[in-house]
Amino acid sequence: MNNQHRLQHKMAPYIFVAPFLVLFAAFQAWPIIKSLMLAFYVTAGPKNAVFVGTKNFQFLLNDPDFFIAVKNTATFAFCSVLLQLPVALGLAILLSQKWVRGRDFFRLAFFSPQLVGSVFVGVLFSVLFVPQYGIIVQFLNWLSPDRFPLDTKFLADQNLVMPAIIMTALWMYAGHHMVYFLAALQAVDKDLYEAAQVDGASGAQQFRSVTLPGIRPVVIFTLLTSTIGSFQLFELPFIMLGQGSGPNKSGLTVVMYLYQTGFVTGDLGYASTVGWKLAFFVLIISLAQLKLTGALKNE
Amino acid sequence: MKPKTSTIAARGAVITLLVLAALVTLTPVVWLIAATTKNPDDFWSYYFFAPRLSNENFKALFAAIPFGLYVINSAFVTSSVVIIQLFFSSLAGFSLAKYDFKGRNVVTVLMLTTVMIPGQVIMAPLYEQIYRLGLMDTHAGLIIPGAVSVFGIFLFRQAMTQVPDEMIHAARIDGASEFQIYWGIVMPVVRPMVGAFCLISFMGAWNNFLWPQIILHTGSNFTLPIGLNSLVGLQQQQYGALMAGTLLSILPVVVLFLLLQKEFIAGLTSGAVKG
Repeated sequence: MNNQHRLQHKMAPYIFVAPFLVLFAAFQAWPIIKSLMLAFYVTAGPKNAVFVGTKNFQFLLNDPDFFIAVKNTATFAFCSVLLQLPVALGLAILLSQKWVRGRDFFRLAFFSPQLVGSVFVGVLFSVLFVPQYGIIVQFLNWLSPDRFPLDTKFLADQNLVMPAIIMTALWMYAGHHMVYFLAALQAVDKDLYEAAQVDGASGAQQFRSVTLPGIRPVVIFTLLTSTIGSFQLFELPFIMLGQGSGPNKSGLTVVMYLYQTGFVTGDLGYASTVGWKLAFFVLIISLAQLKLTGALKNE
Repeated sequence: MKPKTSTIAARGAVITLLVLAALVTLTPVVWLIAATTKNPDDFWSYYFFAPRLSNENFKALFAAIPFGLYVINSAFVTSSVVIIQLFFSSLAGFSLAKYDFKGRNVVTVLMLTTVMIPGQVIMAPLYEQIYRLGLMDTHAGLIIPGAVSVFGIFLFRQAMTQVPDEMIHAARIDGASEFQIYWGIVMPVVRPMVGAFCLISFMGAWNNFLWPQIILHTGSNFTLPIGLNSLVGLQQQQYGALMAGTLLSILPVVVLFLLLQKEFIAGLTSGAVKG
Protein backbone atom coordinates (compact mmCIF):
# COMPACT_ATOMS: atom_id res chain seq x y z
CA MET A 1 0.00 0.00 0.00
CA ASN A 2 1.32 3.42 -0.86
CA ASN A 3 0.88 6.47 1.33
CA GLN A 4 -2.21 7.77 -0.36
CA HIS A 5 -3.92 4.43 0.09
CA ARG A 6 -2.86 4.21 3.71
CA LEU A 7 -4.33 7.63 4.46
CA GLN A 8 -7.51 6.73 2.63
CA HIS A 9 -7.77 3.52 4.61
CA LYS A 10 -7.39 5.43 7.86
CA MET A 11 -9.96 8.07 7.02
CA ALA A 12 -12.53 5.82 5.32
CA PRO A 13 -14.39 4.53 8.40
CA TYR A 14 -14.97 8.07 9.67
CA ILE A 15 -16.16 9.31 6.30
CA PHE A 16 -18.47 6.31 5.89
CA VAL A 17 -20.07 6.73 9.29
CA ALA A 18 -20.33 10.52 9.05
CA PRO A 19 -23.48 11.04 6.93
CA PHE A 20 -25.46 8.75 9.16
CA LEU A 21 -23.99 10.18 12.32
CA VAL A 22 -24.87 13.76 11.36
CA LEU A 23 -28.53 12.85 10.75
CA PHE A 24 -28.55 10.66 13.83
CA ALA A 25 -27.17 13.41 16.05
CA ALA A 26 -29.52 16.07 14.71
CA PHE A 27 -32.75 14.08 14.53
CA GLN A 28 -32.39 11.37 17.13
CA ALA A 29 -29.79 12.04 19.80
CA TRP A 30 -30.35 15.78 20.19
CA PRO A 31 -34.17 15.48 20.34
CA ILE A 32 -33.77 12.93 23.13
CA ILE A 33 -31.74 15.40 25.18
CA LYS A 34 -34.12 18.19 24.23
CA SER A 35 -37.10 16.10 25.23
CA LEU A 36 -35.57 15.56 28.69
CA MET A 37 -35.39 19.34 29.07
CA LEU A 38 -38.83 19.96 27.55
CA ALA A 39 -40.42 17.68 30.12
CA PHE A 40 -39.80 20.43 32.68
CA TYR A 41 -41.60 23.11 30.65
CA VAL A 42 -45.18 24.04 29.85
CA THR A 43 -45.46 25.15 26.23
CA ALA A 44 -48.07 26.53 23.89
CA GLY A 45 -46.93 25.38 20.47
CA PRO A 46 -43.27 25.50 19.50
CA LYS A 47 -42.77 29.18 20.38
CA ASN A 48 -43.76 29.70 24.01
CA ALA A 49 -42.18 27.74 26.83
CA VAL A 50 -42.30 28.36 30.58
CA PHE A 51 -40.11 26.46 33.04
CA VAL A 52 -42.26 24.65 35.60
CA GLY A 53 -39.77 22.26 37.22
CA THR A 54 -41.28 18.89 38.10
CA LYS A 55 -44.87 20.21 37.90
CA ASN A 56 -45.56 18.19 34.73
CA PHE A 57 -44.60 14.96 36.47
CA GLN A 58 -46.69 15.84 39.53
CA PHE A 59 -49.64 16.81 37.38
CA LEU A 60 -49.32 13.60 35.39
CA LEU A 61 -49.57 11.50 38.55
CA ASN A 62 -52.94 13.08 39.34
CA ASP A 63 -54.21 13.29 35.77
CA PRO A 64 -57.32 11.08 35.47
CA ASP A 65 -57.06 10.94 31.65
CA PHE A 66 -53.48 9.72 31.80
CA PHE A 67 -54.55 7.09 34.31
CA ILE A 68 -57.27 5.89 31.92
CA ALA A 69 -54.79 5.84 29.05
CA VAL A 70 -52.32 3.75 31.04
CA LYS A 71 -55.04 1.36 32.17
CA ASN A 72 -56.34 0.87 28.61
CA THR A 73 -52.88 0.46 27.13
CA ALA A 74 -51.79 -2.02 29.80
CA THR A 75 -55.01 -4.03 29.33
CA PHE A 76 -54.45 -4.10 25.59
CA ALA A 77 -50.80 -5.10 25.93
CA PHE A 78 -51.53 -7.85 28.44
CA CYS A 79 -54.42 -9.40 26.47
CA SER A 80 -52.72 -9.01 23.11
CA VAL A 81 -49.48 -10.65 24.11
CA LEU A 82 -51.30 -13.42 25.97
CA LEU A 83 -53.40 -14.18 22.88
CA GLN A 84 -50.97 -13.50 20.05
CA LEU A 85 -47.96 -15.48 21.25
CA PRO A 86 -49.72 -18.81 21.99
CA VAL A 87 -51.70 -18.57 18.73
CA ALA A 88 -48.52 -17.78 16.81
CA LEU A 89 -46.57 -20.60 18.47
CA GLY A 90 -49.48 -23.01 17.88
CA LEU A 91 -49.62 -22.16 14.18
CA ALA A 92 -45.85 -22.48 13.88
CA ILE A 93 -45.89 -25.93 15.51
CA LEU A 94 -48.72 -27.13 13.27
CA LEU A 95 -46.93 -25.78 10.24
CA SER A 96 -43.57 -27.30 11.14
CA GLN A 97 -44.93 -30.87 10.93
CA LYS A 98 -42.85 -32.50 8.21
CA TRP A 99 -45.75 -34.09 6.34
CA VAL A 100 -47.83 -30.89 5.98
CA ARG A 101 -48.27 -29.98 2.32
CA GLY A 102 -48.67 -26.45 1.03
CA ARG A 103 -46.53 -25.02 3.80
CA ASP A 104 -45.54 -22.04 1.66
CA PHE A 105 -49.19 -21.23 1.04
CA PHE A 106 -50.11 -21.35 4.73
CA ARG A 107 -47.07 -19.34 5.76
CA LEU A 108 -47.88 -16.68 3.18
CA ALA A 109 -51.55 -16.66 4.23
CA PHE A 110 -50.76 -16.23 7.92
CA PHE A 111 -48.15 -13.60 7.22
CA SER A 112 -50.21 -11.59 4.72
CA PRO A 113 -51.97 -9.26 7.25
CA GLN A 114 -48.51 -7.96 8.10
CA LEU A 115 -48.36 -6.36 4.66
CA VAL A 116 -51.39 -4.20 5.40
CA GLY A 117 -50.31 -1.08 7.26
CA SER A 118 -52.08 -0.48 10.56
CA VAL A 119 -53.95 2.54 9.18
CA PHE A 120 -55.44 0.43 6.41
CA VAL A 121 -56.21 -2.40 8.83
CA GLY A 122 -58.01 0.16 10.98
CA VAL A 123 -60.09 1.42 8.04
CA LEU A 124 -60.92 -2.12 6.89
CA PHE A 125 -61.91 -3.41 10.33
CA SER A 126 -63.97 -0.35 11.16
CA VAL A 127 -66.19 -1.48 8.26
CA LEU A 128 -66.09 -5.15 9.31
CA PHE A 129 -67.42 -4.05 12.73
CA VAL A 130 -70.33 -1.99 11.33
CA PRO A 131 -73.51 -2.94 13.28
CA GLN A 132 -76.08 -5.07 11.41
CA TYR A 133 -73.94 -5.63 8.32
CA GLY A 134 -70.25 -5.99 9.18
CA ILE A 135 -69.10 -9.58 8.64
CA ILE A 136 -67.46 -9.87 12.07
CA VAL A 137 -70.69 -8.79 13.73
CA GLN A 138 -72.67 -11.22 11.58
CA PHE A 139 -70.23 -14.04 12.32
CA LEU A 140 -70.32 -13.48 16.08
CA ASN A 141 -74.11 -13.23 15.92
CA TRP A 142 -74.20 -16.59 14.14
CA LEU A 143 -71.99 -18.09 16.87
CA SER A 144 -73.99 -16.67 19.75
CA PRO A 145 -77.17 -14.71 18.88
CA ASP A 146 -77.89 -13.91 22.55
CA ARG A 147 -74.52 -12.43 23.41
CA PHE A 148 -74.04 -10.59 20.13
CA PRO A 149 -77.30 -9.20 18.74
CA LEU A 150 -76.93 -7.87 15.20
CA ASP A 151 -77.08 -4.26 16.35
CA THR A 152 -74.05 -4.66 18.65
CA LYS A 153 -72.02 -1.48 18.29
CA PHE A 154 -68.51 -2.72 18.88
CA LEU A 155 -66.86 0.62 18.33
CA ALA A 156 -69.43 2.65 20.27
CA ASP A 157 -69.82 0.48 23.36
CA GLN A 158 -67.24 1.18 26.05
CA ASN A 159 -67.05 -2.47 27.05
CA LEU A 160 -66.49 -3.70 23.50
CA VAL A 161 -64.02 -1.16 22.13
CA MET A 162 -60.93 -2.84 23.60
CA PRO A 163 -62.02 -6.40 22.71
CA ALA A 164 -62.58 -5.23 19.12
CA ILE A 165 -59.12 -3.68 18.96
CA ILE A 166 -57.52 -6.74 20.57
CA MET A 167 -59.21 -8.96 17.94
CA THR A 168 -57.98 -6.72 15.16
CA ALA A 169 -54.44 -6.76 16.53
CA LEU A 170 -54.55 -10.56 16.82
CA TRP A 171 -55.44 -10.79 13.13
CA MET A 172 -52.67 -8.40 12.26
CA TYR A 173 -49.74 -9.72 14.31
CA ALA A 174 -50.21 -13.48 14.96
CA GLY A 175 -48.68 -14.36 11.59
CA HIS A 176 -45.80 -11.98 12.15
CA HIS A 177 -44.75 -13.71 15.38
CA MET A 178 -45.36 -17.07 13.71
CA VAL A 179 -42.63 -16.40 11.16
CA TYR A 180 -40.12 -16.00 13.99
CA PHE A 181 -41.31 -19.12 15.81
CA LEU A 182 -41.25 -21.14 12.60
CA ALA A 183 -37.65 -20.13 11.89
CA ALA A 184 -36.71 -20.98 15.48
CA LEU A 185 -38.45 -24.37 15.38
CA GLN A 186 -36.63 -25.29 12.20
CA ALA A 187 -33.32 -24.44 13.87
CA VAL A 188 -33.88 -26.84 16.79
CA ASP A 189 -31.48 -29.78 16.58
CA LYS A 190 -33.36 -32.76 15.07
CA ASP A 191 -31.12 -35.25 16.90
CA LEU A 192 -32.52 -34.06 20.22
CA TYR A 193 -36.02 -35.13 19.19
CA GLU A 194 -34.73 -38.53 18.10
CA ALA A 195 -32.92 -38.98 21.38
CA ALA A 196 -36.07 -38.01 23.29
CA GLN A 197 -38.12 -40.48 21.25
CA VAL A 198 -35.63 -43.25 21.96
CA ASP A 199 -35.99 -42.43 25.65
CA GLY A 200 -39.77 -42.80 25.26
CA ALA A 201 -40.70 -39.16 25.84
CA SER A 202 -44.30 -38.26 24.97
CA GLY A 203 -45.20 -35.40 22.64
CA ALA A 204 -45.87 -33.08 25.57
CA GLN A 205 -42.60 -34.06 27.26
CA GLN A 206 -40.69 -33.45 24.05
CA PHE A 207 -42.27 -30.04 23.78
CA ARG A 208 -41.28 -29.12 27.34
CA SER A 209 -37.76 -30.47 27.37
CA VAL A 210 -36.62 -30.08 23.75
CA THR A 211 -38.75 -27.57 21.87
CA LEU A 212 -39.19 -24.86 24.51
CA PRO A 213 -35.52 -24.68 25.57
CA GLY A 214 -34.53 -24.69 21.89
CA ILE A 215 -36.68 -21.74 20.94
CA ARG A 216 -36.32 -19.86 24.23
CA PRO A 217 -34.26 -16.94 22.88
CA VAL A 218 -36.86 -16.32 20.18
CA VAL A 219 -39.73 -16.60 22.66
CA ILE A 220 -38.08 -13.97 24.85
CA PHE A 221 -37.34 -11.76 21.84
CA THR A 222 -40.95 -12.00 20.62
CA LEU A 223 -42.35 -11.43 24.11
CA LEU A 224 -40.27 -8.26 24.49
CA THR A 225 -40.90 -6.80 21.05
CA SER A 226 -44.63 -7.54 21.08
CA THR A 227 -45.03 -5.99 24.54
CA ILE A 228 -43.07 -2.89 23.56
CA GLY A 229 -45.08 -2.64 20.34
CA SER A 230 -48.38 -3.06 22.19
CA PHE A 231 -47.52 -0.22 24.54
CA GLN A 232 -47.15 2.04 21.51
CA LEU A 233 -50.69 1.29 20.31
CA PHE A 234 -52.05 4.26 18.40
CA GLU A 235 -53.23 3.82 14.80
CA LEU A 236 -55.80 1.06 15.30
CA PRO A 237 -57.95 2.81 17.93
CA PHE A 238 -57.33 6.26 16.44
CA ILE A 239 -58.66 5.21 13.03
CA MET A 240 -61.32 2.76 14.18
CA LEU A 241 -62.77 5.25 16.64
CA GLY A 242 -62.84 8.06 14.06
CA GLN A 243 -59.92 10.11 15.49
CA GLY A 244 -61.51 10.13 18.92
CA SER A 245 -60.82 8.13 22.05
CA GLY A 246 -64.09 6.20 22.03
CA PRO A 247 -67.08 6.25 24.41
CA ASN A 248 -65.94 7.26 27.90
CA LYS A 249 -62.36 7.29 26.59
CA SER A 250 -62.45 3.50 26.46
CA GLY A 251 -60.04 3.55 23.52
CA LEU A 252 -57.65 6.22 24.82
CA THR A 253 -54.04 4.97 24.75
CA VAL A 254 -50.85 6.52 26.08
CA VAL A 255 -49.58 7.49 22.63
CA MET A 256 -53.01 8.87 21.69
CA TYR A 257 -52.92 10.95 24.85
CA LEU A 258 -49.43 12.16 23.95
CA TYR A 259 -50.69 13.11 20.48
CA GLN A 260 -53.68 14.98 21.90
CA THR A 261 -51.78 16.93 24.55
CA GLY A 262 -48.77 17.70 22.38
CA PHE A 263 -50.19 18.27 18.94
CA VAL A 264 -53.88 19.05 19.39
CA THR A 265 -53.66 21.09 22.61
CA GLY A 266 -50.10 22.19 21.79
CA ASP A 267 -48.31 21.51 25.07
CA LEU A 268 -45.05 20.00 23.82
CA GLY A 269 -43.60 20.00 27.33
CA TYR A 270 -46.38 17.89 28.77
CA ALA A 271 -46.24 15.58 25.74
CA SER A 272 -42.55 15.01 26.47
CA THR A 273 -43.39 14.13 30.06
CA VAL A 274 -45.96 11.61 28.81
CA GLY A 275 -43.33 10.23 26.39
CA TRP A 276 -40.80 9.68 29.15
CA LYS A 277 -43.40 8.00 31.34
CA LEU A 278 -44.10 5.65 28.43
CA ALA A 279 -40.37 4.95 28.02
CA PHE A 280 -40.17 4.28 31.75
CA PHE A 281 -43.08 1.78 31.67
CA VAL A 282 -41.62 -0.02 28.70
CA LEU A 283 -38.23 -0.27 30.39
CA ILE A 284 -39.67 -1.59 33.67
CA ILE A 285 -41.85 -4.15 31.95
CA SER A 286 -39.02 -5.30 29.67
CA LEU A 287 -36.73 -5.75 32.66
CA ALA A 288 -39.44 -7.63 34.56
CA GLN A 289 -39.98 -9.94 31.59
CA LEU A 290 -36.25 -10.53 31.21
CA LYS A 291 -36.03 -11.43 34.88
CA LEU A 292 -39.11 -13.67 34.85
CA THR A 293 -37.92 -15.59 31.80
CA GLY A 294 -34.47 -15.97 33.33
CA ALA A 295 -32.80 -14.31 30.35
CA LEU A 296 -30.57 -12.19 32.57
CA LYS A 297 -29.07 -15.10 34.48
CA ASN A 298 -27.76 -17.54 31.91
CA GLU A 299 -26.41 -15.51 29.04
CA MET B 1 -45.94 -48.72 5.93
CA LYS B 2 -49.47 -47.45 6.51
CA PRO B 3 -49.92 -44.70 9.12
CA LYS B 4 -51.88 -45.77 12.21
CA THR B 5 -55.52 -44.69 12.56
CA SER B 6 -54.61 -42.42 15.48
CA THR B 7 -51.95 -40.75 13.34
CA ILE B 8 -54.48 -40.18 10.57
CA ALA B 9 -56.91 -38.60 13.05
CA ALA B 10 -54.17 -36.35 14.45
CA ARG B 11 -53.12 -35.31 10.97
CA GLY B 12 -56.73 -34.57 10.10
CA ALA B 13 -57.00 -32.34 13.16
CA VAL B 14 -53.80 -30.47 12.27
CA ILE B 15 -54.94 -29.84 8.70
CA THR B 16 -58.40 -28.75 9.88
CA LEU B 17 -56.89 -26.24 12.29
CA LEU B 18 -54.53 -24.89 9.65
CA VAL B 19 -57.31 -24.49 7.09
CA LEU B 20 -59.58 -22.79 9.65
CA ALA B 21 -56.80 -20.40 10.64
CA ALA B 22 -56.09 -19.61 7.00
CA LEU B 23 -59.79 -18.95 6.41
CA VAL B 24 -59.98 -16.56 9.35
CA THR B 25 -56.85 -14.77 8.13
CA LEU B 26 -57.82 -14.49 4.49
CA THR B 27 -61.54 -13.70 4.86
CA PRO B 28 -61.10 -9.96 5.57
CA VAL B 29 -58.80 -9.65 2.53
CA VAL B 30 -61.19 -11.53 0.24
CA TRP B 31 -64.06 -9.48 1.60
CA LEU B 32 -62.10 -6.30 0.85
CA ILE B 33 -61.47 -7.33 -2.75
CA ALA B 34 -65.13 -8.31 -3.17
CA ALA B 35 -66.33 -5.06 -1.63
CA THR B 36 -64.49 -2.96 -4.20
CA THR B 37 -66.18 -4.78 -7.10
CA LYS B 38 -69.75 -4.31 -5.85
CA ASN B 39 -72.18 -1.69 -6.98
CA PRO B 40 -72.77 0.68 -4.02
CA ASP B 41 -76.42 -0.46 -3.97
CA ASP B 42 -75.33 -4.07 -3.51
CA PHE B 43 -72.72 -3.23 -0.88
CA TRP B 44 -74.46 -4.86 2.10
CA SER B 45 -76.78 -7.13 0.09
CA TYR B 46 -74.15 -9.79 -0.54
CA TYR B 47 -71.53 -11.14 1.86
CA PHE B 48 -68.82 -11.27 -0.75
CA PHE B 49 -69.09 -10.91 -4.53
CA ALA B 50 -72.32 -9.65 -6.09
CA PRO B 51 -73.63 -11.01 -9.41
CA ARG B 52 -73.06 -7.68 -11.15
CA LEU B 53 -69.59 -6.16 -11.20
CA SER B 54 -69.03 -2.42 -11.01
CA ASN B 55 -66.23 0.10 -11.03
CA GLU B 56 -68.39 2.72 -9.30
CA ASN B 57 -66.32 2.52 -6.10
CA PHE B 58 -63.12 3.49 -7.87
CA LYS B 59 -64.88 6.33 -9.68
CA ALA B 60 -66.32 7.54 -6.37
CA LEU B 61 -62.88 7.32 -4.75
CA PHE B 62 -61.20 9.51 -7.37
CA ALA B 63 -64.15 11.94 -7.28
CA ALA B 64 -64.05 12.28 -3.49
CA ILE B 65 -60.32 12.82 -2.89
CA PRO B 66 -57.23 13.53 -5.06
CA PHE B 67 -56.15 9.94 -4.67
CA GLY B 68 -53.63 10.06 -7.53
CA LEU B 69 -51.85 12.98 -5.90
CA TYR B 70 -51.63 11.11 -2.61
CA VAL B 71 -50.08 8.16 -4.44
CA ILE B 72 -47.46 10.45 -6.00
CA ASN B 73 -46.72 12.09 -2.63
CA SER B 74 -46.39 8.73 -0.91
CA ALA B 75 -44.21 7.34 -3.70
CA PHE B 76 -41.89 10.35 -3.54
CA VAL B 77 -41.54 10.38 0.25
CA THR B 78 -41.19 6.60 0.51
CA SER B 79 -38.60 6.20 -2.23
CA SER B 80 -36.53 9.09 -0.84
CA VAL B 81 -36.57 7.58 2.64
CA VAL B 82 -35.67 4.11 1.36
CA ILE B 83 -32.78 5.32 -0.80
CA ILE B 84 -31.26 7.55 1.90
CA GLN B 85 -31.73 4.94 4.61
CA LEU B 86 -30.23 2.22 2.45
CA PHE B 87 -27.18 4.26 1.43
CA PHE B 88 -26.37 5.81 4.81
CA SER B 89 -27.10 2.70 6.88
CA SER B 90 -25.15 0.30 4.70
CA LEU B 91 -22.19 2.68 4.50
CA ALA B 92 -22.13 3.14 8.28
CA GLY B 93 -22.77 -0.57 8.83
CA PHE B 94 -19.76 -1.34 6.59
CA SER B 95 -17.62 1.02 8.60
CA LEU B 96 -18.62 -0.61 11.90
CA ALA B 97 -18.24 -4.13 10.54
CA LYS B 98 -14.92 -3.94 8.72
CA TYR B 99 -12.80 -1.15 10.23
CA ASP B 100 -11.16 -0.88 13.60
CA PHE B 101 -11.29 2.80 14.41
CA LYS B 102 -11.29 5.05 17.42
CA GLY B 103 -14.81 5.76 18.64
CA ARG B 104 -16.36 2.67 17.08
CA ASN B 105 -17.59 1.37 20.41
CA VAL B 106 -18.89 4.78 21.43
CA VAL B 107 -20.98 4.97 18.26
CA THR B 108 -22.35 1.45 18.81
CA VAL B 109 -23.29 2.02 22.45
CA LEU B 110 -24.86 5.38 21.63
CA MET B 111 -27.08 3.83 19.00
CA LEU B 112 -28.02 0.86 21.16
CA THR B 113 -29.18 3.24 23.88
CA THR B 114 -31.47 5.16 21.56
CA VAL B 115 -33.02 1.94 20.22
CA MET B 116 -34.37 1.33 23.73
CA ILE B 117 -36.21 4.64 23.80
CA PRO B 118 -39.63 4.58 22.10
CA GLY B 119 -39.87 6.93 19.11
CA GLN B 120 -42.75 8.88 20.63
CA VAL B 121 -40.40 10.36 23.23
CA ILE B 122 -38.73 12.56 20.65
CA MET B 123 -41.85 13.68 18.80
CA ALA B 124 -42.36 16.90 20.69
CA PRO B 125 -38.74 18.15 20.35
CA LEU B 126 -38.59 16.94 16.76
CA TYR B 127 -41.73 18.94 16.03
CA GLU B 128 -40.08 22.03 17.49
CA GLN B 129 -36.95 21.37 15.43
CA ILE B 130 -38.88 20.86 12.19
CA TYR B 131 -40.70 24.11 12.94
CA ARG B 132 -37.42 25.99 13.46
CA LEU B 133 -36.00 24.60 10.24
CA GLY B 134 -39.09 25.81 8.39
CA LEU B 135 -39.96 22.28 7.29
CA MET B 136 -43.45 22.21 8.76
CA ASP B 137 -46.04 20.92 6.26
CA THR B 138 -43.34 19.81 3.79
CA HIS B 139 -42.22 16.43 2.49
CA ALA B 140 -38.67 17.24 3.58
CA GLY B 141 -40.02 17.32 7.14
CA LEU B 142 -41.01 13.68 6.67
CA ILE B 143 -37.97 12.52 4.73
CA ILE B 144 -35.09 14.01 6.75
CA PRO B 145 -36.01 12.70 10.21
CA GLY B 146 -37.28 9.48 8.59
CA ALA B 147 -33.93 8.82 6.94
CA VAL B 148 -32.26 7.72 10.20
CA SER B 149 -32.43 3.95 10.63
CA VAL B 150 -30.47 2.54 13.54
CA PHE B 151 -32.08 -0.81 12.83
CA GLY B 152 -30.60 -0.71 9.32
CA ILE B 153 -27.09 -0.17 10.64
CA PHE B 154 -27.28 -3.20 12.88
CA LEU B 155 -28.74 -5.28 10.07
CA PHE B 156 -25.92 -4.33 7.67
CA ARG B 157 -23.21 -4.51 10.28
CA GLN B 158 -24.22 -8.06 11.06
CA ALA B 159 -24.44 -9.13 7.42
CA MET B 160 -21.16 -7.45 6.44
CA THR B 161 -19.19 -8.96 9.32
CA GLN B 162 -19.61 -12.26 7.49
CA VAL B 163 -17.94 -11.02 4.30
CA PRO B 164 -14.45 -12.66 4.29
CA ASP B 165 -11.62 -10.23 5.09
CA GLU B 166 -9.46 -11.90 2.40
CA MET B 167 -11.81 -10.61 -0.27
CA ILE B 168 -11.40 -7.07 0.98
CA HIS B 169 -7.61 -7.36 1.34
CA ALA B 170 -7.29 -8.79 -2.16
CA ALA B 171 -9.26 -5.88 -3.60
CA ARG B 172 -7.14 -3.41 -1.64
CA ILE B 173 -3.93 -4.92 -3.01
CA ASP B 174 -5.41 -4.66 -6.50
CA GLY B 175 -5.65 -0.91 -5.85
CA ALA B 176 -9.39 -0.56 -5.23
CA SER B 177 -10.40 2.49 -3.23
CA GLU B 178 -12.28 2.02 0.03
CA PHE B 179 -15.52 3.18 -1.54
CA GLN B 180 -15.03 0.79 -4.46
CA ILE B 181 -14.65 -2.03 -1.93
CA TYR B 182 -17.94 -1.04 -0.30
CA TRP B 183 -19.84 -0.56 -3.54
CA GLY B 184 -18.28 -3.18 -5.79
CA ILE B 185 -17.52 -6.02 -3.38
CA VAL B 186 -19.31 -5.88 -0.06
CA MET B 187 -22.69 -4.63 -1.26
CA PRO B 188 -23.11 -7.34 -3.93
CA VAL B 189 -22.26 -10.02 -1.34
CA VAL B 190 -24.97 -8.82 1.06
CA ARG B 191 -27.56 -8.36 -1.71
CA PRO B 192 -30.24 -10.51 -0.03
CA MET B 193 -30.02 -8.22 2.99
CA VAL B 194 -30.40 -5.18 0.71
CA GLY B 195 -33.65 -6.66 -0.60
CA ALA B 196 -34.97 -7.39 2.88
CA PHE B 197 -34.00 -3.98 4.16
CA CYS B 198 -35.62 -2.17 1.22
CA LEU B 199 -38.91 -3.92 1.84
CA ILE B 200 -38.89 -3.31 5.60
CA SER B 201 -37.96 0.31 5.09
CA PHE B 202 -40.54 0.71 2.30
CA MET B 203 -43.32 -0.69 4.49
CA GLY B 204 -42.34 1.57 7.36
CA ALA B 205 -42.40 4.73 5.26
CA TRP B 206 -45.41 3.81 3.12
CA ASN B 207 -47.59 2.99 6.14
CA ASN B 208 -46.27 5.75 8.39
CA PHE B 209 -49.16 7.66 9.92
CA LEU B 210 -48.50 9.46 13.19
CA TRP B 211 -45.62 11.73 12.12
CA PRO B 212 -47.22 12.82 8.80
CA GLN B 213 -50.48 13.36 10.67
CA ILE B 214 -48.61 15.71 13.01
CA ILE B 215 -46.68 17.81 10.52
CA LEU B 216 -48.79 17.80 7.33
CA HIS B 217 -51.66 20.29 7.24
CA THR B 218 -52.32 21.06 3.58
CA GLY B 219 -54.42 18.54 1.69
CA SER B 220 -52.23 18.63 -1.42
CA ASN B 221 -49.23 17.46 0.66
CA PHE B 222 -50.98 14.45 2.19
CA THR B 223 -49.52 10.97 1.91
CA LEU B 224 -51.85 7.99 1.39
CA PRO B 225 -52.57 7.00 5.00
CA ILE B 226 -53.44 10.59 5.93
CA GLY B 227 -55.40 11.17 2.73
CA LEU B 228 -57.41 8.00 3.06
CA ASN B 229 -58.18 8.74 6.69
CA SER B 230 -59.53 12.14 5.64
CA LEU B 231 -62.09 10.21 3.57
CA VAL B 232 -63.23 8.41 6.73
CA GLY B 233 -63.98 11.72 8.34
CA LEU B 234 -65.64 13.29 5.31
CA GLN B 235 -67.94 10.69 3.86
CA GLN B 236 -68.85 8.16 6.48
CA GLN B 237 -71.31 6.47 4.13
CA GLN B 238 -69.05 5.91 1.10
CA TYR B 239 -67.83 2.52 2.23
CA GLY B 240 -67.19 1.34 -1.31
CA ALA B 241 -64.88 4.23 -2.16
CA LEU B 242 -63.11 3.80 1.16
CA MET B 243 -62.51 0.10 0.48
CA ALA B 244 -61.30 0.85 -3.06
CA GLY B 245 -58.78 3.31 -1.61
CA THR B 246 -57.68 0.78 1.00
CA LEU B 247 -57.11 -1.93 -1.60
CA LEU B 248 -55.13 0.36 -3.91
CA SER B 249 -53.01 1.56 -0.96
CA ILE B 250 -52.05 -1.97 0.00
CA LEU B 251 -51.20 -3.18 -3.52
CA PRO B 252 -47.68 -1.69 -3.89
CA VAL B 253 -46.51 -3.36 -0.67
CA VAL B 254 -47.97 -6.70 -1.78
CA VAL B 255 -46.25 -6.52 -5.17
CA LEU B 256 -42.92 -5.62 -3.61
CA PHE B 257 -43.31 -8.38 -1.05
CA LEU B 258 -43.99 -11.01 -3.70
CA LEU B 259 -40.83 -9.90 -5.52
CA LEU B 260 -38.62 -9.95 -2.42
CA GLN B 261 -40.35 -12.64 -0.35
CA LYS B 262 -37.40 -14.97 0.22
CA GLU B 263 -34.95 -12.25 1.19
CA PHE B 264 -37.54 -10.67 3.43
CA ILE B 265 -38.28 -13.65 5.65
CA ALA B 266 -34.56 -14.44 5.88
CA GLY B 267 -33.68 -10.86 6.80
CA LEU B 268 -36.52 -10.55 9.29
CA THR B 269 -35.58 -13.60 11.29
CA SER B 270 -31.79 -13.63 10.92
CA GLY B 271 -31.10 -11.36 13.87
CA ALA B 272 -33.59 -13.05 16.17
CA VAL B 273 -32.65 -16.64 15.49
CA LYS B 274 -28.88 -16.34 15.28
CA GLY B 275 -28.32 -13.68 17.89
